Amino acid sequence: MKHLSEEQLIAYQDGESSGRDAAAAHINSCAECQAEVNRIAEMLAAYQALPVPDPGEEYGRRVWQQIAPRLAEKRSRWWQVFLEPRRLTAAGLVVALFLIAFLVGRVSKRVDHGDAALTAEQVRQRVLLLAVGEHLGRSEMVLMEIANAEPEGASVKQVNLSSQRRRAEELLDENRLYRQTALQEGDTGIANVLDELERVLLDVAHSPGNVTPAQFKSIRQRIDDDGLLFKVRVLTQEIERRENTEKRGPAESGSAKVERNNQA
Amino acid sequence: MNESVESIRAADAIAIERTLAGDRDAFRVLVERHSGTIFRLAYRLTGNHHDAEEIVQEAFLRAYQKLEQFASQANFATWVYRIAANYTIDRMRQRKQEDARRQAPSAEMTDDVEQDPLRQIPDAMPSPERLTQSLELRKQMENALNSLTPAERIAFVMRHCDGCGIEEIAAALKSNPGAAKNTVFRAVHKLRQVLQPQFAPRATARAMGTES
Repeated sequence: MKHLSEEQLIAYQDGESSGRDAAAAHINSCAECQAEVNRIAEMLAAYQALPVPDPGEEYGRRVWQQIAPRLAEKRSRWWQVFLEPRRLTAAGLVVALFLIAFLVGRVSKRVDHGDAALTAEQVRQRVLLLAVGEHLGRSEMVLMEIANAEPEGASVKQVNLSSQRRRAEELLDENRLYRQTALQEGDTGIANVLDELERVLLDVAHSPGNVTPAQFKSIRQRIDDDGLLFKVRVLTQEIERRENTEKRGPAESGSAKVERNNQA
Repeated sequence: MNESVESIRAADAIAIERTLAGDRDAFRVLVERHSGTIFRLAYRLTGNHHDAEEIVQEAFLRAYQKLEQFASQANFATWVYRIAANYTIDRMRQRKQEDARRQAPSAEMTDDVEQDPLRQIPDAMPSPERLTQSLELRKQMENALNSLTPAERIAFVMRHCDGCGIEEIAAALKSNPGAAKNTVFRAVHKLRQVLQPQFAPRATARAMGTES
């Protein structure tokens, strides 16, 4: 019996489609080639299982601190200045459309209808909704954990918020981006909630990892007083509704946006 | 809560756009989100924590500098991954040249595995997990990776550790899919040869497709 070459066996193991059926038929009937395929698979699995050290949760932050001083400020494009205040809808088109078209997969169809400006705005809205929806979900988790945390007994001297603090730091950067983008999009409903959320995230992010019961109470009071959890949940539902609406019929009228802003 | 691929791309799109609009700090979101992935790639390519960290920093610096060129790309994660792979291959090639200049010609690395100490690996066939738990074998596997050329190592890691497509590997190697595929095969073949007897073909003649 003529055995398969090593190249054929490696290709088979790698999922090569060309000549796969013939290779599979041979391997199934040849114990030696079957053993060879297994040996290749074992080696590849062993390499996949080689451990990579975990750089740690703070790693991304450390990288940023190391490279940030070396990043030159980028000048905003000159034509953006002339397109204020709707600059990003038009100016960001060049970058965002190509980038986001992949996500949305609807651009070409609507551009064909000759309404490119509206299409760009809708695409941007969709991207913003996607990003903010996810962001609100993660923010709600942090707020919930703080809201539900109970210092146990009068003897408790400190409450450990280090996990929430770390995540609040991460969320803060994104929150700022989404708030600014929402403002530029004229979506004050989203921007207002994100503004309130940002203040609380800032409190948590700037708190020490272990807070006194009094500090803890102050943070939680702020969440309660602002009704922030409720507002975050309402906005999450609103975003889901809008995403579903856009999936059913992407054309959204300007009056709908006015309505959203009025609700905020 | 895990972020969906779609929402990560949406978040990246917003961060990129704001960075290009002059908000340098917006780039921070991209760095924090993708540093871990690039570190894992860089560590697998270099086997060295310090080198991996340098590669991560350089990859993001280059990504920032080239961000204007990103317009036609769909996925920032893939893009910065490719930048890291490109940079690493250049760096590895440069290091090899420097090493070669420092070393006597007789000590240069060759394809001759006959004298390789890795051939002395005990003949055992435990499971992949148990294999990698063996510190000695792990070291041998890492040494075997070091015997690959930079292109072979990158092609192997991208294909068999990170599951990248051949097109993606070809782009990282600045090559074509056929050549990239061949590089992946050559890497696997070499590793099997070096890691004898665990993973090597039973007969060298097998490579030629001979009859038994």
